[in-house]
Parts: sequence; C-alpha cells; structure tokens
Amino acid sequence: MTTLADVAPGVAAAIEARDVRRVYRLDGVDVDALRGVSLRIEEGEYVAITGPSGSGKSTLMHLLGCLDRPTSGSLLVGGRDIARLGDADLAQVRNEEIGFVFQSFQLLARTSALDNVALPLVYRGIGRGERRRRAKEALEAVRLGHRLGHRPTQLSGGEQQRVAIARALVGEPRVLLADEPTGNLDTVNGDEVMTILERLNGERGVAVVLVTHEAEVAARARRLIRIRDGLVVEDTIVAHGAAVRS
Amino acid sequence: MNPLESLRVAGESLAANRLRSLLTMIGVIIGVAAVVVLVAIGGGAKSMVENEVEGLGSNIILIVPGKFAFGTAPSLSRLQYSDIDLAARVVGSPDDVTASITSGEEVRSGPLDFFATVQGLTQTVPQIFNRPIAQGAYLTKADVDTGARVVVLGADVASALFPGEDPVGRPVTIAGVRFRVVGVAVRRGSAFGVSQDSQVDIPITAAQRLFGVSAVQDLAVKAPTPDRIKPLSDQLVAALSAKYPGERFSAVTQDQILGTIGRILSLLTLVLAAIAGISLLVGGVGVSNIMLVGVRERTREIGLRKALGARQRDVTLQFLIEAVLLTAVGGAIGILLGVAISAAVGALSPLPTQIAWWSPAVAFAVSVAVGVFFGVVPARRAGRLDPVVALRTD
Repeated sequence: MTTLADVAPGVAAAIEARDVRRVYRLDGVDVDALRGVSLRIEEGEYVAITGPSGSGKSTLMHLLGCLDRPTSGSLLVGGRDIARLGDADLAQVRNEEIGFVFQSFQLLARTSALDNVALPLVYRGIGRGERRRRAKEALEAVRLGHRLGHRPTQLSGGEQQRVAIARALVGEPRVLLADEPTGNLDTVNGDEVMTILERLNGERGVAVVLVTHEAEVAARARRLIRIRDGLVVEDTIVAHGAAVRS
Repeated sequence: MNPLESLRVAGESLAANRLRSLLTMIGVIIGVAAVVVLVAIGGGAKSMVENEVEGLGSNIILIVPGKFAFGTAPSLSRLQYSDIDLAARVVGSPDDVTASITSGEEVRSGPLDFFATVQGLTQTVPQIFNRPIAQGAYLTKADVDTGARVVVLGADVASALFPGEDPVGRPVTIAGVRFRVVGVAVRRGSAFGVSQDSQVDIPITAAQRLFGVSAVQDLAVKAPTPDRIKPLSDQLVAALSAKYPGERFSAVTQDQILGTIGRILSLLTLVLAAIAGISLLVGGVGVSNIMLVGVRERTREIGLRKALGARQRDVTLQFLIEAVLLTAVGGAIGILLGVAISAAVGALSPLPTQIAWWSPAVAFAVSVAVGVFFGVVPARRAGRLDPVVALRTD
C-alpha cells in the first residue's frame, strides 16, 4: 500500500491510527467493530472512506471524530492520543480539531443560520460579537452571506447542508469529517456540496474525510480507503480520476 | 461556555415551549403563592392580636387569684374591694389602680333588651385602659364611693337600646335594677371575633350589691414605665400573699399574653406554610418530570452540542439553569400572585393580612432551591449522554 506517509515520512499527520480496535459489548457478547486499523490522514488530504453497512465504517468515523475512544491501539489527533484523554479533553479536541458534517445536517431548528454556525465557538468561550463575525465569514465562504438570519426551515436542503459546512469550518479545524454529506440531497445540491468541500480543501488546506457508500462521491476524492469486517482492505491514491492500485 | 450564555440558551428553550413552560410552572406558582398568602394571613392575625392587646392601654398588670395558665380553671377570688388601697400603696398612686367584677346580664330599656357584659369598675379606668367616651362622661369617684346606680354603655348596647336617640340621662334596668345612663363609650370594634362594644360599665360598689358578692375578681394596675412592670408585679403578688396566707396570686402582663398568643400563632403560621410548601414540592416533581421529557426530546440536540465541543459540564449546567429559570420565574409569578391575593383577602374579607418582608424572599429562595434539587437528575442525565448514541436518536 502506498500512502502519503510513505511518500513523505516525518510530516506530522492530522490523524494517525495505530492498530485501533473497538469492541462493543452488546448483551454480554463482545462485537469486534474494528479489528486493528492503522492509517494516517495527512494535513490537507482529501480522503473517502467506503464500505458496506456493518463494515465498521461508522465506528471508524466516530473514532476519527473523537466521539468515541478505541478499546486498544492509539489514535493521534493533532498529535494527542485520544485513547488517553478524559471526556472534557476529548470535547475540547472535537471543538478545536474536528469539523462535523452530518447526513441529516443536524441544525438547531429554532436558531438562525448565523447562530447555528457560531455554536462551536460558544464552547470555545469566544464572545458573542466575535462569534457572529466569524460565523458570517464562514457563511460567506459557502455563499450564504445573504441568508444569515434565516432559520433552517426557511432554507433548502442544499442550503442547510452548506450552513452545516460553515459550522464545521468556523472553528478552523484540522479535519473536516463528513458522514454521507450528500445522502439527503438531490444530485444538483449534492454536487454543489461536494464542490464546496473540494474548494475548501483546496483553498484552506483543511483535510476532508468523507464517509460514503456512493461510488460517485468516493470517486471524487484523491484517496480511497475501503473498510470491510473491521479492517482496511484497500487504501488507494486516486490520481486525476484514475485509481492507481498499490 | 459561560453561565450567561447558558442562561440565554435556557431562556430561548423555555420561550420556545411557552405553554409547556407555563403549565410546568403552575405547580411552583401555586405553591409559592400559597406560602405567601398563608404567611400573610398568619402575620396579619398576629399583628391584629398585638394591636388589640396593646390597644388596651400600656404597661398594664393584671392581678388574678390562683395560677394563670392554660388548662387551669380560674380560682374563686377572695380579693376585697379594700385591696385596691393595698395595691395603691404598693404602686404609690391610687389613680393607677382599679378592680373589676364581671357578669353577663340582661340590660333593658322599655321593650328593648340586650344581653351585655356588665363590668363593675372604678373611676380610674380611663387612666389605665383606653376607654374613650363618645357622649356624656365616665363614672366618677362619688359614683364609686356611694355605689350610685349609673352606667356607661358600650356602643352596641347604646344603639340597640336607644336607636337614633341620645341615651345620656335615660334609664335602663340591669338584672331588674334601675340604672341611669351617664355616658356612651366610643365604638372599639371586635377583638378575636368578640364585640368590645357589648359591654356596660357600672361602679364596682353597685356591682357588688347587684350581684350580691363582697369579693372583687381581679385588680388592674398601670406601671409608670415598662421597666417597672416586673418589679411592681412581684411586689403586688408579695403584698397580697402576705395578706392572704396560703393563697396564690398571679400577675399577668401584656407581654405574657402576647408571648403566649404569639407562640400559638407562629406555630399555626408555620404549619400552614409547611402545608403550602408541600404543593411547592409537588411543583418541583413536575419540573423534574418535564425536564426529563425535555432531555429525551432534545437528545439529538445534546448529541450535536457534544459533537461540537460541549463538555458534560456545559450540557448539565445548561439544563440545570433551565430548571432553575423555570422555578425562579414560577416563584416570581407566585410571589406577585400571592401578594395580590393577600391584598385582596385583606381588603375583602375579615381576615387581616400582613406581608412580612422575609416571606417573598424565602419563597423565592425555596423555589430556586427546588429548581436546583429537581433539576439535577435530568441535567446530569443530559450531561452524561453518549454523543454517538444521542446523534443516532430520531
């Protein structure tokens, strides 16, 4: 397998997983969701993670997003091993290093686009004026500068997802983690969301990790990681739309 | 996340569910209002009693035979009319001593009659008690010395027997004996629901003859200053005990009466407030219940907030502030309602009300405490939600 780590060793990874295992205990039975995953996601990379349902894809995404901790192995996010962090520190890492984009947008219904976008900064202790200024910037970056006061219900699906992207972006995270970001969108809106993610990746250098089962979406990434039965079964650099098999 | 931010979020969340917030608050509102109203009624009753006892006159010492205590029957008096002089020597002023004999008797004027409290007293009564005269004059020393059959009527007695007429100079019969009206007392209203205007005063010497007794029931003395009450009481009891060996006498002061009644009323107020407090407790359970429902409904929101970097502490604090805001606003509304009801009760019913400064303060503090107490469980549950599970919830 050829990864960027092999191409440029020594450069600090945005996320690095070393032999990560995650075991769930359901009704007294241990279920191995991840059975030893090692991977590096470099700064500014654009990666798609795919796999059938039940492959451990969601578990991996939760771990990469610091919503969960590995049962064993180490998972370094921004140089810190999250397996060793307490809940409060983990929350801080999520706040500072990760930007989430969810399939179902997850916007607060009664809150304006501006305040939805500013929400992560609330937990960073930033004052209201500064929060709104940055949120406005982030919304302008997704071309929603004219929709600041609108509530999610007053926005189309595509616009809602762009608000969610602005929210993921506002804290200037290292990694933007998108879980089926086009899953609830039609082709036109889905395409626009993908274009925005690609542009942000190119212009701002934020690493984008897409979790998707849509082949077309995955094909737009520069690197493809395939998961099956809790293991990485394929990790490929995709150059100019043509896969280069390792 | 700073507390001000939490307060704003909590306020928005309560405003978003206005009807539910209001319904949840009703328990607290009723509880707090009930506490404020009942304490106000208790306080009003107490101050009414105090006013009435103080309104009798100031620095009064009552000397009664036997032991003055609840559950003990009054002793048959062996005090004599001459004991007025004995008391006057102790006090050093004959004008500050009086004695009384009381009996309920029929008072008639022509076809009209009135069952009145007939009190045999002396001419010094106006110096000792507050007993202003509306028409005519009070009993004189000559009346008392000679046992003259003259009478001062209470306002109710006067208006019942002489409707629309001036009773002064007119005859009445008391227990079949003819008396002449010399004065009418100023209307005093009722004390403890008993009219003070259905009393008639006659010379104590006339009363002895009328009732066929030689003893007097009790002595009343006015101390010159409040600090003389205690020593004078002791001296009077000592002097009487020396004169009547083997007899027991008690000195009763206004403070003692106030103390006894005050304790009873305070206890009563406390019991009422405690009963009202139970509804506050029930209100608290309602808050807890609604907060738990709120946590369940907003599981996804909680999951999202956690994903975006909210710590357990931030989420717990947010829900706790929400619960406290609910009960604090409920408490404030309850206080306003309680004050309004107290004012209405005071104005429209015979129950007097008086709002002590501490009762709204305590009620508010208690409602905030109820919010904290009943908000902790739902808030901790919210804080502990696993973001992965929470985000999956629909």
